[in-house]
Amino acid sequence: MTGVWPLVRLALRRDRVMIPVWIAALVGMSVTSVLGTVGLYPDAASRTAASAGINGVPSLVALYGRIYDPASLGALSMIKMDGLGTAFVAILGLLLAVRHTRAEEEAGRLELVGAGVVGRYAALTAALIVAVGTSLALGVVTALSLIACGLPVAGSFAFGAAWMGAGIAFAGIGVLAAQLTRSPRSANAIGVVALGAVYLLRAVGDTRGPEWLSWLSPIGLSQQIRPFAGERWWVFLILAGIAAVFSAGAYVLHGRRDLGTGLLPDRAGPAHADRLLHGPLGLAWRLHRGSVLGWAAAFFVLGAVCGSIAHNLGGLATTPQVKAMFEALGGEQGLTNAFLAAELSIGGITAAVYGIQGAMRLHSEETSLHMESLLSTGVSRVRWALSHIVVVALGCTVLLLAMGLGASLTDGRMLLGAALAQLPATLVLVGITVAAFGFVPRFSALGWAALVAFVLVGELGPLLRLSHWVMDLSPFTHLPKLPGGVVTATPLVWLSVVAVGFAAAGLAAFRQRDMS
Amino acid sequence: MTDAISASGLRKHFGRTRALDGLDLRVRTGEVHGFLGPNGSGKTTTLRILLGLLRPDGGTATVLGGDAWRDATSLHRRLAYVPGEVALWPNLTGGEVIDLLDRLRGRSNPGRRKELLERFDLDPTKRTRAYSKGNRQKVALVAALASDVELLLLDEPTAGLDPLMEAEFRACVEQERDRGRTVLLSSHILSEVEALCDRVSIIRDGRVVDSGTLSDLRHLTRTAITAELAGPPNGLSTLPGVHDLDVQGDRVRLEVDSDKLDAVLASLTSTGVRSLTSQPPTLEELFLHHYAVRP
Repeated sequence: MTGVWPLVRLALRRDRVMIPVWIAALVGMSVTSVLGTVGLYPDAASRTAASAGINGVPSLVALYGRIYDPASLGALSMIKMDGLGTAFVAILGLLLAVRHTRAEEEAGRLELVGAGVVGRYAALTAALIVAVGTSLALGVVTALSLIACGLPVAGSFAFGAAWMGAGIAFAGIGVLAAQLTRSPRSANAIGVVALGAVYLLRAVGDTRGPEWLSWLSPIGLSQQIRPFAGERWWVFLILAGIAAVFSAGAYVLHGRRDLGTGLLPDRAGPAHADRLLHGPLGLAWRLHRGSVLGWAAAFFVLGAVCGSIAHNLGGLATTPQVKAMFEALGGEQGLTNAFLAAELSIGGITAAVYGIQGAMRLHSEETSLHMESLLSTGVSRVRWALSHIVVVALGCTVLLLAMGLGASLTDGRMLLGAALAQLPATLVLVGITVAAFGFVPRFSALGWAALVAFVLVGELGPLLRLSHWVMDLSPFTHLPKLPGGVVTATPLVWLSVVAVGFAAAGLAAFRQRDMS
Repeated sequence: MTDAISASGLRKHFGRTRALDGLDLRVRTGEVHGFLGPNGSGKTTTLRILLGLLRPDGGTATVLGGDAWRDATSLHRRLAYVPGEVALWPNLTGGEVIDLLDRLRGRSNPGRRKELLERFDLDPTKRTRAYSKGNRQKVALVAALASDVELLLLDEPTAGLDPLMEAEFRACVEQERDRGRTVLLSSHILSEVEALCDRVSIIRDGRVVDSGTLSDLRHLTRTAITAELAGPPNGLSTLPGVHDLDVQGDRVRLEVDSDKLDAVLASLTSTGVRSLTSQPPTLEELFLHHYAVRP
């Protein structure tokens, strides 16, 4: 274990921006969620009605989880954070674990470090300490913030513990996945697939049952700590146990393998490039292929789940509250449409996540010197950048079509167009990322900031009664509510023009600047 | 004879760091030109400017008759570059990378590719993440050498190669010269430059401090002489340009500035010479002369 602390300090130094930003974003989401709910549902009666409405709609239970104490302000206001928020925490744990183990190993930095006075397991231990420490810090800061918002102390700490549990469980999964593959990308992919699987497991367990399925899922377990609804602290121990078991597995595997290798073997590849790998476009496709196909599969499943839930919404109007909600939304058809429109808009935002990440590949290709190799051949800068941009834009299209296709198959209606209507707003974020890359490559992450701002404006705008021009800044504001809504071409055309404009400006700047 | 590369007064700043400070460089068509300098002296920055990847703050850079920045893309079809730090896409195989780069230059030569893979003993079916540093270097070298281009820009191309491969590399460069290619070889391996290069430019702190053929450059430095004389020498210590004189009886050892050789030899022969060895300055001494002794 020699050398663990210097490595921990090194990791914290490298992540001195990333970790605080993640914590601030997650805590910020929680706080706005509480403040928003207080305003909407001031008394216990209104909260009970709202909770019954959510618990009565399986799609929402599948998406977020169940509210275990309908009258509790904490339980109602944190329901989104219990579901999607916990998934983000899991991703944070996973990223940190892989980033300080496999990613360092592939980059060859671990070799440099490993030759120093550093134990064999030091890097693995340091990564776990950083991931667990970050989860702990996140839990504590979140709990204190919720208390500051006026929520009960016990529930707030239980919520922090729930998040921390998810973070450490996925840190364990992350360090184990990092032992399996040679590339950090594949390790992250394994972790994300695992997250998708356990999220789905919990969704099925919470809706169709049997209920014990939720207890197999770290996300489900995190919710079973039941913050603000009769806290069950001992469930945290199960999550800690999961983290311990996966980490122990990682230690065993790490001890049995050589530096730089994975357990899954590398196969020999083709000695010649095929026809497809002919130019920058072929290369860009090759580089983005795996992630596009993986995301598309997830989008297809998401679409199919949403479509199936929407299709079955009609039979659920059993309680008076839900019946009333149905009426307010314009009957069964209206409810189905509103649900699908909401899900498809989440799809649009998620596709933008892919789009930003894909467009940031421009920057990573530049910093990893891959771009230098290509630009010293007969490829112009614009052609190189465009090849990536085209693949990413097509990738966004494929994702939305995959979601639309999945929803169409289970809902029974044609929803491809409704899904595709999200595309222009998604492309605006790709455009912003390209512009940042062109003007100030160091700030390529600007796309993320823009996305967070747009989502916050969309979530908080109606709540805070922000003026129209602020709301209009977000491209997502201008999208039609489909299915069921009215489509006008003008906003879609303008969004596309804006997206192209950002990208063109970025390309023009990129032509003029130095390679960094 | 025309110039394949002609740069004059190149200046480049990175923030407050001055990377190039009025660099002049001329590489004649058909020659192998050594570009010598220690780490951080501006070699890679110069190459990147010649490739149009960086835009100079001042000065002009002409490559194969075109402007290095403006005509970058069309020029790149006629040249090949081996970067000092070879970064490859980890999930592509070496063979795929070689094909891709040569297709992008539009000048692939399958027969030559096969020959080079054999000469460099490189397995093209391995994913590049599994390659050692030397093997990654070979991928870039094979890709560059297999494309029929007029100009090769090589940035410390043998870093990471074993001595056998280094010898293979030298043979390849000589072949390229025989075919009439121009090669700019940036290096700090002096024996390599001495063996391969027709002319040499020495760069220091962002400017070329010396340029010419090796024999031109040698005039500026000292020749070491050991002689056995017929009697004790006289007057040697007073001759201009003599250094480190060591007299033991009839034996003399000294170093002399190469342009003051005549007077020293005349003095020695006037005493009578029994045996004499003289060593021309090595490139290493030349190099140290420019770097160790600051003017």
